[in-house]
Amino acid sequence: MQFETLLLILVAMTVASFVLGRQRAVAVAGRCGGIRALHSLPKYYGYYAAICCALPGLALLLLWLGLADRVVVERVVDSLPAELRELPEAQRSLLVNDIKNIAAGQFVDPGKREELAVAAELYLSLKDSSRRILSGLIVLLGFVGFGWSWLRLRPELRARNRVESVARIGLALASTLAIFTTIGIVASVLFEALRFFDRIPVSEFLFGLTWSPQTALRADQVGSSGAFGAVPLFAGTALISLIAMTVALPIGLMTAIYLSEYASRRVRAWVKPALEVLAGVPTVVYGYFAALTVAPLLRGFGQSLGLDVASESALGAGLVMGIMIIPFVSSLSDDVINAVPQAMRDGSLGLGATHSETIKRVVIPAALPGIVGGALLAVSRAIGETMIVVMAAGLAANLTVNPLEAVTTVTVQIVTLLVGDQEFDSAKTLAAFALGLVLFVVTLLLNIIALQVVRRYREQYE
Amino acid sequence: MAKAAIMARSATAGDGALADAGGPALRDDKDNSSNMNRREARQPRIAIADLAREAEAAQTVGDFTATDPVITVRGCNVWYGETHALRDINLDIGRNEVIALIGPSGCGKSTFIRCLNRMNDTIETARVSGEFRMHGEDIYDRKTDVVLLRARVGMVFQKPNPFPKSIYENVAYGPRLHGLAANRAELDEIVHSSLRRAGLWDEVKDRLEEPGTGLSGGQQQRLCIARTIAVSPEVILMDEPCSALDPIATARIEDLIDELSQNYAIAIVTHSMQQAARVSRRTAYFHLGRLVEVDATDKVFTNPGHKLTEDYVTGRFG
Repeated sequence: MQFETLLLILVAMTVASFVLGRQRAVAVAGRCGGIRALHSLPKYYGYYAAICCALPGLALLLLWLGLADRVVVERVVDSLPAELRELPEAQRSLLVNDIKNIAAGQFVDPGKREELAVAAELYLSLKDSSRRILSGLIVLLGFVGFGWSWLRLRPELRARNRVESVARIGLALASTLAIFTTIGIVASVLFEALRFFDRIPVSEFLFGLTWSPQTALRADQVGSSGAFGAVPLFAGTALISLIAMTVALPIGLMTAIYLSEYASRRVRAWVKPALEVLAGVPTVVYGYFAALTVAPLLRGFGQSLGLDVASESALGAGLVMGIMIIPFVSSLSDDVINAVPQAMRDGSLGLGATHSETIKRVVIPAALPGIVGGALLAVSRAIGETMIVVMAAGLAANLTVNPLEAVTTVTVQIVTLLVGDQEFDSAKTLAAFALGLVLFVVTLLLNIIALQVVRRYREQYE
Repeated sequence: MAKAAIMARSATAGDGALADAGGPALRDDKDNSSNMNRREARQPRIAIADLAREAEAAQTVGDFTATDPVITVRGCNVWYGETHALRDINLDIGRNEVIALIGPSGCGKSTFIRCLNRMNDTIETARVSGEFRMHGEDIYDRKTDVVLLRARVGMVFQKPNPFPKSIYENVAYGPRLHGLAANRAELDEIVHSSLRRAGLWDEVKDRLEEPGTGLSGGQQQRLCIARTIAVSPEVILMDEPCSALDPIATARIEDLIDELSQNYAIAIVTHSMQQAARVSRRTAYFHLGRLVEVDATDKVFTNPGHKLTEDYVTGRFG
């Protein structure tokens, strides 16, 4: 039986269970004095029957998908001739791959094909019977589950509460899924990074001043010594983020102050959505803008002043990144400024302060923790931003604080290290994971601090 | 407790009035709907609409002038958007007197005192007309400096609203803004004397650098009063200053008002008639945007000249 057919049958059985369970509930109710005699509404008995029918089968399906292949492969390996069975672990797994490929009808070395034909046939037949057993079991479990719910269906059955608890478990599973995925990502990055640190010492990576990740493939190659000192990348990232924040923080904050304190309702109704559109522009588009518009402008402007501006400068990338972050800063600041109670403003105005004095001396200080929290979140966005810097900041790992020169960032290097043909055990490729780990840790810390600050701020007024 | 009892009584009184007023009130209501607030007109509370008609017909009972006025108001009208919140109010506030403004919720008491320091300017939809004079100068004149006006007419709000700064900085806020102190010593002197006059000095003298928000509700409200008197105003407006406080804190604030009245003119909005009777020399009764009666406090509470006032001070509605 095909997998899709199986799923279709399961769905059909579930729907049927619902309908039958509901009908039976109504019938049972009819015998003992109407729907009022039931503990729950009839549809809950339907849901209950459907859950009893589908859930055991689905659980079995998941278990089967996880274990069946392993069992089948074990049986196939056992059937192999002794000399093949005794092979070391790595070669044996290659052999299993070959068997699977033959079974799937893909190209395999003809010599091997004959040798493994029997095993491939066995694999196919085992697979087939496994699938048939699974289908049978699922259908059987469906019937058993439905029958059980049918027998248990009485007016006193608290179907509503049962359905509720199943729903709760489902929701809890959904919420943990994202967390487990995150843990998985961190683990994979962490393990690859550890492999990198086996080759390159942590201290050299964190404190080395030269970044040149090209490693020699052959001993006689020149100019590819491979230096993995990440300080120039950290410096470049910090420089660009700093430029971005110098643009975004004042402009975003002033935007927020204007919108929340001065703008009339009509202006606000126009400007806020416009800012949100700005936040929705894909970062690739900002990248074009930085590389094709801002960078040449800066270069021309620099020339007219007699300055030498690199065509891929930190300044260009940082400026555009700052513009990208403005809506982020302004909407967060807008929220916290609006959260400052009107009573504070009234108190200040009532003492004879002007509007701007009130903002400067009362509103902003009161909102400051929230604004700081928002700014930290914006910094972590700037550090993690990739597309703009890939297109506009360049690849040269210069250790410099001059914003007119080209610099490179952690994210840019991760992209360049992993693009193209790679061998996944060279230090060059693994370095990407180490950089990713650093990036992850830094942004995580920033977010934790920011959330902490924002939370403490909220407590102050609630 | 007292308030609940009053509300219960007002409910029965309302029912009675409804039974009495019956049909004609409904008809009159329709006639009046053109110049009445639509929302009010649509409300099925016929008894209140009936009372409103009574109020509309009435002139202010009693003497609205003061012998030595600081502020004089003539023909004050206020609209919030379409809502006509205050109608033709005439009222003086005299030197060194405490005047209490009482009346049911939504009758315009707070709106009235917010006109006196132009705090209504901060509300986008508010429109104010009429003649407001302080020592003969027009408060709403184009040339008037609102900032200076608010320094001369201080305000204490319903909910204590100390700034999230230290106790010292809270009181020093106004003097700093207006440059009242030439150096730190003078500023210290202003802050200390303001706290003393607000009766808070003994409780906070050892912790002036602690945040003002950490004080108890009553202390916060006295801090707000200290903050207000630190800029040496002539008039202090108080918008239900005790409604968020417990009885002991309330008693302290009332004592304080009594002391302050030697140096300042005070207009206090209150929902507590006992409080009005205790602290004020004159009492003004507002009803649905009109000033119904204003007179010496004793007279208003013992021998009111208007039936609405009598009903209110005896707790028949409110």
